Amino acid sequence: MRLLFTPLALALAVALAAPVSAQTLDDPRVGLRAGLFDAEEALFGLQKMSSTPPPEAFVGFTNSDLAFTGDYAIQGNYNGVIVWDLSNPSAPEIVTEYVCPASQSDVSVYGDLLFVSGEGLGGRLDCGTQGVQEAVSADRLRGIRIFDISDIRDPQYISNVQTCRGSHTHSVLKDPNDDENVYIYVSGSAPVRPADELPGCVSADPDEDPNSARFRIEVIQVPLANPAAAAIVSSPRIFEGLEAPPEHGPSPADLAEIEAARASGKFIVFVGGQDRVLPDGFAQQLLGQMVAQRGGEGTPTAADSTMLREQLPAIIAARFGTGDDEDSGPEPGPNQCHDITLYPQIGLAGGACEGYGLLLDISNPAQPFRLAAVADSNFSYWHSATFNNDGSAVVFTDEWGGGGGPKCRADDPYEWGANAIFTIEDGDLDFQSYFKMPAVQTSQENCVAHNGSLIPVPGRDIMVQSWYQGGISLFDFTDPANPVEIGYHDRGPIDADQFQMGGSWSVYWYNGNIVSSEIARGLDVFQLVPSEHLTQNEIDAANTVELAYLNAQGQPVNEWPASFALARAYMDQIERSGQFSAGDLAQGRQMLDQAEAASGAARRQMLMSLADAIAQRASGDQAAKVTMLAQAVRDLAMAG
Amino acid sequence: MALAVLAGCSGSAPAADPAAPSAAPSTTSSDRPTTADLEALYWTRQQEAAERYTEADVAFMTGMIGHHAQALIMSDLAPANGASPAVQRLAARIINAQQDEIALMQRWLADRGQPVPHVHIEGTMLTLQMVDADEHVAMDHHTTGAIHHGAMEEGHGGMDHGATAHEGMDHGQMDHAAMDHAAMGHEGMDHGGMDHGGMDHGGMDHGGMDHGGMDHGGMDHSAMPGMLTQAQLDELAAARGVDFDRLFLRYMIGHHRGAVTMVDTLFAADGAAQGGNTFKVASDIQVDQRTEIARMQQMLDSLPRPAGAISTTD
Repeated sequence: MRLLFTPLALALAVALAAPVSAQTLDDPRVGLRAGLFDAEEALFGLQKMSSTPPPEAFVGFTNSDLAFTGDYAIQGNYNGVIVWDLSNPSAPEIVTEYVCPASQSDVSVYGDLLFVSGEGLGGRLDCGTQGVQEAVSADRLRGIRIFDISDIRDPQYISNVQTCRGSHTHSVLKDPNDDENVYIYVSGSAPVRPADELPGCVSADPDEDPNSARFRIEVIQVPLANPAAAAIVSSPRIFEGLEAPPEHGPSPADLAEIEAARASGKFIVFVGGQDRVLPDGFAQQLLGQMVAQRGGEGTPTAADSTMLREQLPAIIAARFGTGDDEDSGPEPGPNQCHDITLYPQIGLAGGACEGYGLLLDISNPAQPFRLAAVADSNFSYWHSATFNNDGSAVVFTDEWGGGGGPKCRADDPYEWGANAIFTIEDGDLDFQSYFKMPAVQTSQENCVAHNGSLIPVPGRDIMVQSWYQGGISLFDFTDPANPVEIGYHDRGPIDADQFQMGGSWSVYWYNGNIVSSEIARGLDVFQLVPSEHLTQNEIDAANTVELAYLNAQGQPVNEWPASFALARAYMDQIERSGQFSAGDLAQGRQMLDQAEAASGAARRQMLMSLADAIAQRASGDQAAKVTMLAQAVRDLAMAG
Repeated sequence: MALAVLAGCSGSAPAADPAAPSAAPSTTSSDRPTTADLEALYWTRQQEAAERYTEADVAFMTGMIGHHAQALIMSDLAPANGASPAVQRLAARIINAQQDEIALMQRWLADRGQPVPHVHIEGTMLTLQMVDADEHVAMDHHTTGAIHHGAMEEGHGGMDHGATAHEGMDHGQMDHAAMDHAAMGHEGMDHGGMDHGGMDHGGMDHGGMDHGGMDHGGMDHSAMPGMLTQAQLDELAAARGVDFDRLFLRYMIGHHRGAVTMVDTLFAADGAAQGGNTFKVASDIQVDQRTEIARMQQMLDSLPRPAGAISTTD
């Protein structure tokens, strides 16, 4: 008996044989010439300010993540840390080269402190470059290194905190209600070190040993007055009870298929947590039983169909039981997170944790707990999370294959190694869509979703993201169900004939610059340029946002000071939506121009009357945006 | 100038050994070196990283290729054996991922002049041929991997598994005929018989193995952790529908756990997983397979239970 799954299985088999991919060959990024420092490039929506190779001590070692403080970008590298002065984005200046090998050397800052992750087996307490040859060694560093960067040109190594699985990445949490400490969430993903090397480390399953270093994260408390006393203060098991998290549910296509089947009179059964179409063969067999039940024979009638519909739930329940499998007990859910993106101002974190995306409450920094969890059969490895500015949506990424594989070839499905975009409602995650950098890449280019950040264009949700050798991609997910790419930069592979690890590890918007850490090629700096997707006013408004510092896994709230650029950006967005007439738009813009040329009370009065006029037009689809524009103009008036 | 601040460690940390990475190329001025100099340094360092490996690293890569190859065999069965959509999707992903990883590990071995296992799959029969590194490279498999599917059973659509199943292979460039190692005139070792009593790869100790000599009379792949026996593979090949799903998930969970054990074994070896990207490759395999184990366990738990006794075959 083939049971219930046959028709769906066939449908999928067809889909697998002829994948319909949204990856496109018709793109300037396809076919770029290879090269290390001279590869051909394609870009759109961006201008490149500079590309600077790594300093000699770091050439040939992997560049990893970035952190920003003041005018500086701090770039992790498997051989240490590089500090760049970005005051002139056209010519970033290297101000510090600190050789201290460790993979991945992901970096974060807070105040005068720099934190660096060490996970690999060759990292040494003394920063030596000779590695650690013994499987068990007192010289090995796996965990967090802490530096004083009060003189950023001369970092001082203060201390470190060793952890059982090392630190693949980490997140620095500055709790709004705690000014004496910062907290570091560490989740190792490598195997647990032997207890001989770090006492207390246990790799057994937690049901065998409750002290297992798996299935938990570490929370390190760093006293700001005495950072050398940093220590692990808790190991929350945020994964507990995750044996059967909800899937994000059937895709719209699946649902449409079910509804079409239902409309055509097919039998729908609820098995394994979701509706499925009862295979025709099985349905015929059951209909035959209905005929036999009433002592009849021959072709089933409409009455038999009705009877079957009534009895079907009971038949299915009797046949398939509860779905428990007595052969093996459930394995606890994920045992680690990759990135945990902290958004302290909204009290939430997005945990990308193995096979799950988690929504965490972090209002008590030492005791985060899980609000929601989602799984997705199209996602293999939940890697990182980025919230939109108001916390109503979150983008999760799937670093399928770990980032070393070419997952953007013509035949790689669009949903695999992509982003999944969710809305957040009442602490729940609701799946909306996938997004993947759309240009087909070669087999010589590692390409999969990786790190990125929001770009603070007011009134829109825009993100810039790394795709390794797939380059960087800007996309708009203001409508989370329909993300749209609005810009990109890409290079050809490092080598045309042999695979070399490379590409953009991470890219972040920071005070007007879009800074990308290129694994092999160094540091790229871009700025936005206008296109049909983005106006100069929107760019100018984004650039009014100023951050004092930025960490990869710490998300700041973007706040826009009152400015003419902000009002004009909203005006442009309203024009794009078609809400105002051309005459209204022209008049509104003219009034803004006149107000800008005026000053004092005259300016204030012009702006107030403009705000009132705009507010009266707040109706329809764009009412909220029109209200934002009116408020922006009013704020401008008040700002004098 | 940049060179003046090439300082290594400072403060409380002892100075780094500046001689450990390759010496910087000579520069024409006190300014930064030219990009040509930096590119030369880049390739030198790639080569140096490739040269840092141990016998345990080689054993891991060699063994994992065979281990992954069996996962391909298992996954290849899913469409024709009536697997559920979820299991088919999982199987397709395993094929895509592990095929790429096989290519990566083959490349790793070839870059280090080590014999490269080429994978031959015929139905449920797995054959590994040890090919000299230079021949592997000459055969242009260093980028796309060498996985050869023999004539398949009916229902598999011939030898070509279709575009999705084999993304890792560039069919445009790959000439399957060229993969006939016998025709290439080198000493391909055909393990077709699969009767390799003798050498135990379970411990992953290839130290005593003479790959160069191509004397592999005793490669017992089934002794690696989590490997299915031929009888178990055939049992899986005979299963259909939900029975296939159940057996596939159970066997693949065990198979994946074996891969995790192989990573643990690697990390327990002195000096292993340090050079090149060995740590990353092994860590990624461990992470991916643990993640899939959890997913498969979930799928297994939610599988509809057939009425009556549990039966693994029709």
